[in-house]
Amino acid sequence: MAKSDGNGLRVVGRAQRKVDATPKVTGETLFADDLSFPQMVYCKTLRSPHAHARIIRIDTSRAEKEAGVLGVLTGTDLPIPFGILPVSQDEHALALDTVRFIGDPVAAVAAVSEEIAGEAIHLIDVEYEQLREITSVEDALANPEPRIHDYGDSGNLHKLISLEFGTVADGFDAAHLVREDLFFYEGSTHLPIEQHAAVAMYSADHRLTLWSSTQTPHYVHIALEKVLEMPASRIRVIACPNGGGFGGKSDPFSHEIVVSKLAMMTGRPVKATLTREEVFYCHRGRHPTHMWVRTGVTKDGHITAMHFRTALDGGGYGSYGVASTYYTGALQTVTYQVDRYKFEGARAFTNKPPCGPKRGHGTPQPRFALEVQMDKIAEQLKLDPADMRLKHLVPADSLTANYLRVGSMGLAECINKVVTGSNWKERFRRLPHGRGVGIACSSYISGAGLPIYWNNMPHSGVQLQCDRSGGVTVFCGSTDIGQGSDSVLAYIVAEVLGVDPFEIRVVTADTDLTPVDLGSYSSRVTLMSGNAALQAAERARELIAPEVAKQLDVPTSRLVFAESRVFDGENPETGTTFAEAVQAAEAAVGTIGTVGSYTPPASAGRYRGSGVGPSPAYSYSAAVVEVHVEPDSGIVRVPKVWIAHDIGQCINPTTVMGQVEGSVYMGLGEALMEEMAYRANRRVVHKCPSMLEYKSPTTLEMCEVETYLVTDPDPNGPFGAKEVGQGPLLPIMPAVANAVYDAVGVRVDEVPITPEKVLTALKRKANGKEGGGRYGPTHFPEIPWPDPTRVPPPWEGGDGKAIRPSDEDAKAAAVAQPERQH
Amino acid sequence: MAKNRKGPLTKAHISFELNGEHTEVAFAPHKTLLEVLREDLRLTGTKHGCELGECGTCALLVDGRPVLSCLVLGLACAGRSVRTVEGMASAAGLHPLQEAFAEMGAAQCGYCTPGFLLTAEALLNGNAEPSRDEIKDALAGNLCRCTGYIKIYEAVELAAARMRGEDARPAEKSLYGEV
Ligand code: FES
Ligand code: FES
Repeated sequence: MAKSDGNGLRVVGRAQRKVDATPKVTGETLFADDLSFPQMVYCKTLRSPHAHARIIRIDTSRAEKEAGVLGVLTGTDLPIPFGILPVSQDEHALALDTVRFIGDPVAAVAAVSEEIAGEAIHLIDVEYEQLREITSVEDALANPEPRIHDYGDSGNLHKLISLEFGTVADGFDAAHLVREDLFFYEGSTHLPIEQHAAVAMYSADHRLTLWSSTQTPHYVHIALEKVLEMPASRIRVIACPNGGGFGGKSDPFSHEIVVSKLAMMTGRPVKATLTREEVFYCHRGRHPTHMWVRTGVTKDGHITAMHFRTALDGGGYGSYGVASTYYTGALQTVTYQVDRYKFEGARAFTNKPPCGPKRGHGTPQPRFALEVQMDKIAEQLKLDPADMRLKHLVPADSLTANYLRVGSMGLAECINKVVTGSNWKERFRRLPHGRGVGIACSSYISGAGLPIYWNNMPHSGVQLQCDRSGGVTVFCGSTDIGQGSDSVLAYIVAEVLGVDPFEIRVVTADTDLTPVDLGSYSSRVTLMSGNAALQAAERARELIAPEVAKQLDVPTSRLVFAESRVFDGENPETGTTFAEAVQAAEAAVGTIGTVGSYTPPASAGRYRGSGVGPSPAYSYSAAVVEVHVEPDSGIVRVPKVWIAHDIGQCINPTTVMGQVEGSVYMGLGEALMEEMAYRANRRVVHKCPSMLEYKSPTTLEMCEVETYLVTDPDPNGPFGAKEVGQGPLLPIMPAVANAVYDAVGVRVDEVPITPEKVLTALKRKANGKEGGGRYGPTHFPEIPWPDPTRVPPPWEGGDGKAIRPSDEDAKAAAVAQPERQH
Repeated sequence: MAKNRKGPLTKAHISFELNGEHTEVAFAPHKTLLEVLREDLRLTGTKHGCELGECGTCALLVDGRPVLSCLVLGLACAGRSVRTVEGMASAAGLHPLQEAFAEMGAAQCGYCTPGFLLTAEALLNGNAEPSRDEIKDALAGNLCRCTGYIKIYEAVELAAARMRGEDARPAEKSLYGEV
């Protein structure tokens, strides 16, 4: 059993295995596709071959007659729309009358074998009337008709946002230097190695059970209730361990609803496992984003004003898109002080697979733009980019211009760690041609301050059971997607109750058995379910302690729970086993069970749109990337990354390291190669829906990583812990771009930074052409921005509300919720 | 395509050695080894990420050599010896590679893990002390989306050292980071 370290913690902060490590290395862990049941049948989906079309007629009769086919579904069988956000309930399990991207689900078949189901879908005859496809943001702006959806801000513009915190024009007037830059961030996809799968079972007593590879069983539960028009109490959703998610399994999906309906129709268990090609069509990945940034700075790099514009290519459905759009403007203010800030964001519908939340959700794009621009500014001001950043950090315990409350803030130490570790001062601008280093920083939320649908209940709940044998079981709705959330629950309860984490049973992600946790998204689980577990465990200790205190005749304040014992801290021999302690408590007060829950603190912003950005705590990261650029080929190689992450407090440093290294890896993929690309001139066919063609880093591309974990416990985190799953990805892409500039003197203002782009920029530089030494966008789409909602920043006497709020603003402000259904 | 299929296809029948045990199985003859294992033998430890030979997730050993089981017909395995992740642990405990993967956090979601374990085992069988570059080369056909591969290399190195009889422990900085 663990020894206590300096801060009195015995489990938290120690490197150890995950509680589910053994079943994961033996192959015992059951993922959704590993499940099978007697009489199970298989589902296949017919998908649209057209990017945009009206369905004139569907004839399923040939498929229905096929031997082995048990059920066929089309859109009219599931006519109720759904979607992850209350404001964009725009999806149908199967297209009702319109298909909106190649791969959009149209019809489904259940059959006794996967082969028969796969053949039968091609016996379904669909007559389409093709509509003009909308291929890009610019195309959407130029062609308000035909509309992809009949809702949204106008034509094919889904969402328009305009917010101004202080008058940016004044800030630009006060600046020594004002820079304008254009950037583009290509879309990319999650590529979890596990293809999505779901199995549904409907019992004779009318209960539905769905097992699925989902990160958000609670939201799937709600979607099933709505679409199937069934009481939620008769629906049970179990999230199987996910074989990677990264945000790609966070929406309720067509196949989850379809197998449920087919199970109800056929009375047989029904399984659907998507092919890899179908996983590409599900997508919900990174939004391709155009950006325009104007920033004003003083001589020493202090930001007097920033005006940030983003235009997101949303694909065919809403998904998380409204939140994604807000996120492209929310977190610019939490790293370096920004005196005045204006954000304009737009999301367009296009006829491509829908974009949504991928690791970093809406923030990698603006972070790329901001950090590359900082590098350009530092160069113009003749400042070291690390020093310039260090000078203007947002102070701990402060409010930003857009009313985000920053608590602990360890970015200075992060920068110092990577600057020292990489020998930055000796290498920046001093390496031979072709080699370079670049620096970038970032910040991320530890969970969103507000839930996805409006309610004032806790975001995470835990039930704890202590039985007479000394066994402890933790029940929580959280979903382990590989990040180790089951282990976090066990470690925290073990810390408080002084038992071995591997003795604790963890029951998670089952809507029948576990209290609601909103899901594994927005880096919320360690902080929120961790706090709920902490509260439940502390309550259990409070139930148990008085009885032990009585027996041992010592005050409860002297009791120590450790090493599976409860004992007198001043006289450790005097004590009982944990099991005896539970028995004594059970004899005195009855069955020992407790609950814990967590609700984030209220956010400071009270304006419409203030719901996206607030978080109980912000993590910080800084990275130095070294690159080798071959001037003849434009090939960029990354031998090494130094990264420091302000984690607050590690619950388990080894799993934290794993998240940092995994984030560096995924960032490298986005920086150098990953792109969700379409053949725009060929009816927006996906260019490469396969793992071979969608380039992602293998062992041969992955770099060496030196990781520094900066700990500075945050008062809002359990034991001070903040997030790590997403933040460390953010600095990688801009640090690579900045390093490429250091190596060969060209700016690639977009990702991925492919050899072609580097080579083009090098040629332009050599030719002394206009825009010499740069590859990147040359214009930003013309967008009809609305008048901004004006909110004075805190230092201009603002109270978090908009000036002259309209009725709508007042209503929204009252609940500080940007987008909700009334 | 079997548009007018009258009845079930006649099943093929093979016998082979599976994790050291003589095994007989009947299956639809078009099935891959991956499908035979998962569907007909209910051994779901072998996973899949593409079923097209692109991700390495389904890797296992046939006659001691790493093979992508999604590309091999079940029929081709008659008389051969197949080793899957289910064969790695024994009553005596986990295989040193499994132990090291668990210890280093080399299995995050764990979905790619069986493929990595068996590919790494084949490497170590032929090379008791592989360099970092040799490990990278051997694992280049296996994709992992979670770990960034680093903990996987470290786990393979740790297991290799222990299999050579060394009393190896993880480096402090691999578990706790740089100071
Ligand atoms: S499943 Fe066999 S290589 Fe991907
Ligand atoms: S551990 Fe998740 S894919 Fe490798």
